[in-house]
Amino acid sequence: MKKSEVPQDKSNLESKSFKELCYAVDENGNYTTAQSTGWTPKTIALDNAIEDINERVETAKQSVLNGQTSPIEYYMELHKMDLNILASYADMWKWRVKRHFKPKVFKRLSKRVLQKYADIFEISVAQLKDITHAN
Amino acid sequence: MQIKFTHHQSAHCENGVVSNLMKHNGFDVSEPMVFGIGSGLLFCYIPFLMVNHAPAITYRAMPGFIFKRFAKRVGIKIKREKFKNPKDAKARLDENLENNNPVGLQVGVYNLVYFPDEYRFHFNAHNLVVYGKEGDHYLISDPVMEDVTTLTDKELEKVRFAKGAFAPKGHIYYPTNFPKVLALEKAIIKGIKHTCKEMLAPMPVVGVNGIRKIAKLIRKWPKKKGNKVANHYLGQIVRMQEEIGTGGGGFRYIYAAFLQESSQILKNERLLQMSKEMTEIGDLWRNFALDASRIYKNRAAKSEGYNDVAAQLEVIADKEEAFFKKLKKAI
Repeated sequence: MKKSEVPQDKSNLESKSFKELCYAVDENGNYTTAQSTGWTPKTIALDNAIEDINERVETAKQSVLNGQTSPIEYYMELHKMDLNILASYADMWKWRVKRHFKPKVFKRLSKRVLQKYADIFEISVAQLKDITHAN
Repeated sequence: MQIKFTHHQSAHCENGVVSNLMKHNGFDVSEPMVFGIGSGLLFCYIPFLMVNHAPAITYRAMPGFIFKRFAKRVGIKIKREKFKNPKDAKARLDENLENNNPVGLQVGVYNLVYFPDEYRFHFNAHNLVVYGKEGDHYLISDPVMEDVTTLTDKELEKVRFAKGAFAPKGHIYYPTNFPKVLALEKAIIKGIKHTCKEMLAPMPVVGVNGIRKIAKLIRKWPKKKGNKVANHYLGQIVRMQEEIGTGGGGFRYIYAAFLQESSQILKNERLLQMSKEMTEIGDLWRNFALDASRIYKNRAAKSEGYNDVAAQLEVIADKEEAFFKKLKKAI
């Protein structure tokens, strides 16, 4: 890649006026660095990934409202986590966290366990119990 | 309290931290040099592991390996520590800052508040330098950022104790012992040999074979997984390749810069030629990303062209195989 070809496309980096460093070749064929504001192929990939997450969050939300899953799953998706990551934060086995996704089990959870999840998601227990309180 | 520390922006976090810490200690070592001597370049498909609900592939060595190999090969000593208790971790950090010693930390990206939201994923192998403290703000030199920044006590604790794969556990590291002169020549040769060995490894998922494996998978995805999932997977490959910190082209350009610098240090003209060839391979990676993006641009739509991008990867694999065989002989 030549220095003049370092992409300067519009991207999500803009929100924090962030520029990334790229390695490229100057006119004399020597390596140098140049800042890039972003590259469209990459931005599309990232946007798709985020859209994907938003879809997962929306699906989880509907499942909670339909009583098919507990709010824990919704908050997990909202925080871009998966079961592995959530179980690691909660310091519990994966199957135990998965069990807490069942609305029936969730209703019977102790205060201590609820507080643990609330702390992970940085919300109150009331918000954890009722996702319409979120945001 | 603030240690006099010069921040240099770099493309990749781990190289950047090492390069900045070395410069702080009076050794002018560039980012590509660290990357090359540490044998950072790689291609590896990690079967059974899913990242962001897609297959995991990587274009560089495991987190921490670059510094470890670099240190061993140039003869510096590093001190590393991990902690169970955040309080101990903080105490050790403060102690070092009081001794005027800037330190490297491994952190999780998800809670790094100065990153753009879209880039905050649960990725735990980011690196930064702490070079001081003012009130309850730690002074941070994050090598991928243009400028220095700060994090509060609480914010720093959170990123140091992020959970999930590669959990940092408060990981702190800094060089302790330096030789009088760095023996770069020998280290460069070791680094290059190691990279050649890994890229040409006779294993199905590593190096050029790994690239071929991914090409094969790409051909299968649309039928096996449906277009939506296939597009998502393809997008992930490009994201890994062009994520912040790769310097573009899946680290191939940084490696080319390393070869160019090495050709001067070793007075080896052939390495300069190899550097040019690596640049061309980097360009091929970028063309691949560009064509892949044309496929996944339209997420759900029926998309053709998977065979095309797979064929491009196969060409890259052939070129890299020839390249590393030649590089092995050039040193």
